[in-house]
Amino acid sequence: MLTVDIKKQLPDFALQLEFAVDRNILVLFGPSGCGKTTTLRCIAGLLRPDAGKIACDGQVFYDSQTSVHVPPRVRSIGYMFQDYALFPHMSVKKNVWYGVQQRNTHTDEMYRKLMGLLKIEQLEKRYIGQLSGGEKQRVALARALMAEPKILLLDEPLSSLDYATRMELQAELKKMQELWGIPFILVTHDPDEARAMGDQIVFIDQGRQVAPPLSWSR
Amino acid sequence: MVEWQPIILSLKVACMSLVFVFIFGIFFAYVLRRWEFSGKAAIEAFFALPLVLPPVVTGFILLILIGKQGPIGRFLGEYFHTQIIFTPYAAMLAGTVVAFPLMYHSAKAAFQSVDSKLEDAARTLGASEWRVFFTITVPLAWPGLVAGLVLSFARALGEFGATIMVAGNIPGKTQTIPLAIYFASEANDLTTAGLYVIIISLITFSMIFWLNTWSRKKMGTSPAGGIF
Repeated sequence: MLTVDIKKQLPDFALQLEFAVDRNILVLFGPSGCGKTTTLRCIAGLLRPDAGKIACDGQVFYDSQTSVHVPPRVRSIGYMFQDYALFPHMSVKKNVWYGVQQRNTHTDEMYRKLMGLLKIEQLEKRYIGQLSGGEKQRVALARALMAEPKILLLDEPLSSLDYATRMELQAELKKMQELWGIPFILVTHDPDEARAMGDQIVFIDQGRQVAPPLSWSR
Repeated sequence: MVEWQPIILSLKVACMSLVFVFIFGIFFAYVLRRWEFSGKAAIEAFFALPLVLPPVVTGFILLILIGKQGPIGRFLGEYFHTQIIFTPYAAMLAGTVVAFPLMYHSAKAAFQSVDSKLEDAARTLGASEWRVFFTITVPLAWPGLVAGLVLSFARALGEFGATIMVAGNIPGKTQTIPLAIYFASEANDLTTAGLYVIIISLITFSMIFWLNTWSRKKMGTSPAGGIF
C-alpha cells in the first residue's frame, strides 16, 4: 500500500494531493500541466515536495515533519518516462539489465520471462535508435520491471503510439500488473485510456483532486 | 639545427596540460552545472579569462604569481626550497592555464547536451551518482569531451606568449617548438624553423587523424563522421 500526501508550490498553482494505492492500477487523470508528472517525480524522489508524507508498506520515503527524503536509487520505485528515456548508447539487452545489481539464476530467469512475455527477445542486440515506438515502450517496461520495483510509475505510457499498438499494449500493461502484483500509477490525459486501465481514478485539475466531469458517467 | 629538446618539451607540456585540464575541466564543468549560487557568473567569467586575454597578459599575471617575490613563488621557496619560474614546469603551467577554458567550455556544453531524464532514469533504476556519471553522463558527453581535449592539446602545444613570459627561452632547457621556431626565424635560420614547422604540423595532424579514426570506430553506428 502506497500512501501519498504532498504539497508542492508550482509556478502557476499549488499542487496538493492525497491518495493511496494498493496492488492495482491507479490512474492520475487530468489535462496537460495539471501536476501529474510532478506528482510522479515526487513519488520517485526525483523532486522534493514542500510538505507532506510519502510511505509504502511502512517504509517512509518522504516526511516533511521528520525531514526524511530517501534518494530515488534506494526507493525501489520503477519509473517509465513519457519518452521512455532509454539509454541510446546501450543495446536493448544492456538497457534491460541496467537496474540489476547482482546477476544470478533468479535474474536470468526473470530476464528470459520478461523478454518472452513482452515479445522482445529478438531485439536484444539492437540499439534504441533502431526501435519503433511500441518496441521502445516494451523495452522500457522490461527495464523498469527487471529492477524489481515495489511500485511502477508510468508517465503517459501509450500517448505517442498509434491506435492498434496502443490497444495491444494496454492489454499487456494490465497483464503485467496482474502478474507482478505491484501497484501501478499511470498518468494520462486520455479519457479512454483512463477508463480502460484504471481500477481507481484520481481526477486532477490545477494540482487538486476534483470530482469526475459530468460527461464521465457512462 | 633541429634539436630533440624543444620537441620533447612541447609534447610533455601538451600531455601534462591534457591531464590537468581533463581532470579540472570535467570536475568544474560537472559541479557548476548543477550548483546555482550567487558568484557563479563571476567564477565562469574568471575561467574564461585565459581564453580572452592576450597570452602575454596571462603570462604576465603568472609571472607575478610564481616569480620569486610572488605569492606562489615565495610559498614554494619557503616550504619546498624550489622555484618553478624559468623551468620546464612553468611551461607546463602556462600550457595548462591557457588550455583550461577550452576544456571547461567544451565539457560544459557536452554535459548540457546530455538529457537529464536519462540520468534520472538511471537513478530510479538504483544507480549511485558515480554510476550515473560513468555509465550515462560521460559516455553521452564523450564526443564533446574529446573535442575539448583535442582543442586543449593543440592550444598547449602551440602556446607561445605566456610560455615565453614564465619559462623564458633557455635553449636546451625551457625552449618549446613555437619558441624554437620564433628564435630560429629571428636568427635567419629558415631551414631549422621550417623543419620545426613541419614537425609541429605533423604532430597536430596525426593527433586529430588518430582521434577521428578512433572515435568513428568507438561510436560504431554513429552517423556523424569524425569529431573534427
